[in-house]
Amino acid sequence: MTKANYGYKDGSGEYFITIDTDLCNSCGKCVEVCPEGVLEMAEDDLDPLGDEVIAIVNEKHRKKIKYSCAPCKSAGETKSLICVQVCESGAIKHSW
Amino acid sequence: MPDSESEKEYWRWTESRYTNPDTKWEAGDIISAGVDVGSVSTQAVVMVDSKIYCYASMRTGSDSPDSANNAIDWALEGTGLTLDKIEFAVGTGYGRVNVPFADRAITEIACHGRGANFIYGPEIRTVLDMGGQDCKAIRVDNRGKVTAFLMNDKCAAGTGRGMEVFADLLQVHINDVGEMSLKVEEEPEPVSSTCVVFAKSEAVGLLRKGWGKEKVLAAYCSAMAHRVVTLLLRLGIEEKFAITGGIAKNIGVVKRIEDELNINAPKPKIDPQLAGAIGAALFGKALVEKQRKKT
Repeated sequence: MTKANYGYKDGSGEYFITIDTDLCNSCGKCVEVCPEGVLEMAEDDLDPLGDEVIAIVNEKHRKKIKYSCAPCKSAGETKSLICVQVCESGAIKHSW
Repeated sequence: MPDSESEKEYWRWTESRYTNPDTKWEAGDIISAGVDVGSVSTQAVVMVDSKIYCYASMRTGSDSPDSANNAIDWALEGTGLTLDKIEFAVGTGYGRVNVPFADRAITEIACHGRGANFIYGPEIRTVLDMGGQDCKAIRVDNRGKVTAFLMNDKCAAGTGRGMEVFADLLQVHINDVGEMSLKVEEEPEPVSSTCVVFAKSEAVGLLRKGWGKEKVLAAYCSAMAHRVVTLLLRLGIEEKFAITGGIAKNIGVVKRIEDELNINAPKPKIDPQLAGAIGAALFGKALVEKQRKKT
């Protein structure tokens, strides 16, 4: 189990997307469905000796995911997020 | 007036270089280098078959490629070893994509995990890297491979740069800040914000109220410690625990982190500020071995 936490904590709360890089099966479906382009497929930064390509949170979005992910987090909706739904291996989690 | 109080640079930490007298690069099989271009400091480490051969640690300038070149030049000075004899160089840190001679850039999270494993031994499971402009909590396995990480890169509070600002404000040399902050009879209330800007104005207020330097430093060190402890608790701590980066040399912060977590961080035998560059150099060697296996 390798947990990559992307995001930050600020005065309004904790905003982290956690991707379990061991569970990620490199299918790339989350990248396709994300309307904001938050996720992308890249070589595993944490394991420079491996060649595996896995889902990561785009560097551009890491400091603003509260806002990048906002369109999928409309108030009152109960169904889970599209990236989480589409991930068959259950590798993606949101902290908020 | 070159010696006047106002011209002393209290923030200026000691730059250093070192050559290991027991290692000969000529006899080595794989020579690799790691360069950690951080926001405040730059380290270059050259390793011969996973042993430290030489290193340099200096301040990062405004130009990342220059900083990287200066650091490696200083490290190699007088050794007879030249850049072209280094088989694989890895860049890491904030400026990792701007290291002109690097064969590869690797994130500092992976490098600090690996470096901590080298400096403190394979029993280390949790690493706190307190750098110049951010801090990271990293969990690693017995080979130094990252199993989880958490960083707060949105804000520079609780980091080396903040400590420099305080050293300057209180006119206490940065190397003495830690010791001095422990010279209080009773631990004061921490400053209410670790934000360098707010904390500085709060500290000025405390000084005007009549607080001594020791007490103000204690209040800041404990605020900084408390802030990184929350980061560590969110990630979860598994023993053994170690601290890397420049702040690992500040006993005032280290002691307060230890007290708050009720855990001991081992004292490093090697400068903990080198952890990133050491990790990078070790990855360099591993990547050479991987390449060789393929061919």
